[in-house]
Amino acid sequence: MSAPPDPRATAAERASLWEREFAADPAAAGRTIRNRSGIEVKPLYVPADPGPDYLASLGWPGQAPMTRGIYPTMHRGRTWTQRQLVGMGTPEEHNRRLLKLIDAGASAVSLIPCNSVYRGFDVDEVEPELLGTCGVTVNTVDDMETCLRGIDISRVSTAVNDPSPFTLLALLLVVAERRGVPWGQVSGTSNQSDYLSHFIANHMFFRLALPGARRVLLDHVAFAGARLPRWNPVSVVGQHMQQAGATPAEAMGFTLSTAIQYAVDCRARGLPLEAVLPRFTFFFDVSISFFEEVAKFRAGRRLWQRIVRERLGVEDPRAWRFKFHAQTSGVDLTRQQPMVNVARATIQAIAGIFGGLQSLHVDSYDEVLSVPTERAARIAVATQNVLREEAHLTDVIDPLGGSHYVETLTDQMEAEIEKVIARVDAAGGMFRAAETGLVQGMIGRSALAHQERIESGEERVVGVNAWKVEEEEDAVEGLPRPDRALVLAQVERLRRHKRDRASGAVAASLDALARATGDPSSNVFEAVVDAARADATHGEICAVLRRELGYGQPFIVP
Amino acid sequence: MSGGGGRRARVLVTKIGLDGHDRGSRIVAAYLRDAGMEVIYTAPWQAIGAVVKLALEEDVDVVGVSSLATDHLLLPRLVAGLREAGIPHVRVVVGGIVPAREERDLLAAGVARVFHPGSSREEIVEGVARLAGEAQRDALEQEAS
Repeated sequence: MSAPPDPRATAAERASLWEREFAADPAAAGRTIRNRSGIEVKPLYVPADPGPDYLASLGWPGQAPMTRGIYPTMHRGRTWTQRQLVGMGTPEEHNRRLLKLIDAGASAVSLIPCNSVYRGFDVDEVEPELLGTCGVTVNTVDDMETCLRGIDISRVSTAVNDPSPFTLLALLLVVAERRGVPWGQVSGTSNQSDYLSHFIANHMFFRLALPGARRVLLDHVAFAGARLPRWNPVSVVGQHMQQAGATPAEAMGFTLSTAIQYAVDCRARGLPLEAVLPRFTFFFDVSISFFEEVAKFRAGRRLWQRIVRERLGVEDPRAWRFKFHAQTSGVDLTRQQPMVNVARATIQAIAGIFGGLQSLHVDSYDEVLSVPTERAARIAVATQNVLREEAHLTDVIDPLGGSHYVETLTDQMEAEIEKVIARVDAAGGMFRAAETGLVQGMIGRSALAHQERIESGEERVVGVNAWKVEEEEDAVEGLPRPDRALVLAQVERLRRHKRDRASGAVAASLDALARATGDPSSNVFEAVVDAARADATHGEICAVLRRELGYGQPFIVP
Repeated sequence: MSGGGGRRARVLVTKIGLDGHDRGSRIVAAYLRDAGMEVIYTAPWQAIGAVVKLALEEDVDVVGVSSLATDHLLLPRLVAGLREAGIPHVRVVVGGIVPAREERDLLAAGVARVFHPGSSREEIVEGVARLAGEAQRDALEQEAS
C-alpha cells in the first residue's frame, strides 16, 4: 500500500496514481472482463469530461428520451404487475391453480396452453403422453370458461400465450359474451403474438408460412384496434431470442427491429401508428448479468423513443412508451443445487425492476428440473412480494441512474444495439432477415460462444464449473405431471363435443374462415372469433388456416 | 472421432414431439461435429416414424434427442420403433430436462444414456463416442450371426 497522495496533487496526478496502483496488482490488472454483449468492463468509471447533457441523454421520467422510465411516477405510482405464468393439465386443474396464485398475491392471470395447442392441434390429435404436461389443454369455449371460473374477466387482466391465429383470445371473447361482459372491458395481452421471434427461435409452434402469419397478425391488430380498447394485441418478444442464445444487446436489437417491422406493416395495412403503437408491449428475458441487463433496458427504452419519433415519425408521447414484461432467465438456472436458483432468480428480478419493467414473472427454482411444482411457483411469487414490500426497491425511480458505470454502459449498449439494428436494416428488415436465416445464424454463434465460455471456465457457474458439491439425486421432491385420468376424460369430452354440437353451423363458420383467407378485405381474426362462437375447436380452426395459408417449414441453420 | 468400430461415428441429432426449443440440440450437434463425428441434424417436431426411417436410411449409430419440455416421454416409442425396424443396435440418448424418476423409467425402457443441463462437452462427446462404438460392434455381430 502506497502513501496517500499529497493533498496538493492535481486531478490528473491523482488519476495517474490510481492507475499505477491498480496496474501494480497482477490479480486485479491481469485480466480483461467482457460482458455477454462483448463490451469490455473496466474496473472503475469516473465522470466524463465534459459530462453528458442531462436533459438530452436522461431527462425526467415520462419525458423524452424516456431513459429513466416511461411514466412520471414509475414504481412509486404503481408497482409492477406480478404475472406468474402458469399452465398445466386440464382446464379444471388450471383454474384451481390460478385461484390459489391470486390468493398468494398475483395481480393478473396468465394462461400457457399445452404444446399441442401451440402446435395447432386438439387433444384428440396428439400422443396422449404429452397432453397437459407443459400447459393447459384448451380447445373449446367451454374449456376456456372452466379455466376462468370464479375470475372476473372485466377486472382481472388476462395474458394469454397465444401465437397466431389467436384462438385463445377468440375463446376468451366468446366467454365474455356468454357472461355478458362487454368486450370493451376485457383487458390483457396477446403474449407470443410475435410470429417472427417464434420463427427465429423455433418456438413458433403453430407454424403458418411467414406471409400467412403476417396477415393474421395484422388482422388481429386491426380487430383489437376497432373492438378491444383494453387489449394489447402486439407483444414483441426478445425473450425467445435471448433464451435461444442471443446476447442481451442482440436480443434488444432484434426486438426493436421486429417492432419496426410490425409498425411498418401496420402502416402499410392502413392502421394509423398513433393508435397502434401505444398498444405495443415488449417481453424480455432478464439474465443474471446484472448491470448489463439494467443498461439493456435503459438503452432500449431510449432507443425506442427515438425510433418512434425519428424513424416512424410519431409525435404522440404515448406511442414512445416502451412498456415491457420481463421473465427471469431459465437458461441461467442450474440443475445442480436447485434451491440456489432462488438466489439467481432474485438477482435477475432486481435487474429487471431497476431496469424499469412494468410486469414481471420470476422463474421457479425447479424450472430446470421439470415443469414448476406448486411449491416452487409460490416461492417465486413470494420472491416478488419480498422485493416489493420489504426491500424498498420501488422507493426511488431509476435508482441506478447517474452511476458512472451504468450511464457509460447504457451508452455502450445503445451503440451495440444500434449496430444490430443496422445489420438487420441492411438485410432488408426483420422479415427478410428471419426468412433468410441471418438472425438464426447470429443467435446460434452467440449461443455456442457463451457455452464455450462456460466450458473454458471463463464464465463461472456455481455448482457447475465452480464450487461443485456432491449431492443426492432427486433434490427436488415431487414430479408435476397432469392427472392422466383427467386428461383422458377431457379427450373423451372433446370427442363428445365434436359429436353433439350443431355441425352445420361449425362447417359454415369454417368455410367462412377459409374464404376470409382468400379475401384481402376480410378480417381473418374476426372469422376465427365467429368460428369459436359457432363451437369450432382450436384444432379445426388451425387446420383450415394451415390448408389455406400454407404450413411454414422451419429454417434450419446447419 | 472414431466410434471404435472402425468408421467414424454417425449420429442423428433431433427433436421429437411438440417442442421446438433447439439451443441445446444445435450446440450438441456442433460439439459432436467438431469432435469428428458425422452428424445428421433435423428440424424439431419429428414424428417417431420419421426418426426411425432416417436412422435406417442414414445408417446411424446413435440417435440423440433433445427434450426441454416433456417430449422424452415418447422415447419408449422410439426405442420400440428402432427395434421393429430391425436396427436395435442403434443407441438412443437424450439430453435436456429429464426428471430423475423419469430418467429411471427411460433407462429401463432401453434408452442408453441421459444427459442433463450442466453436462460438459467432454462428458457428452465421450459418452456418445463410446455408445457409437458399442452400436457398431453390435451391428457387426448382428451381421455375422
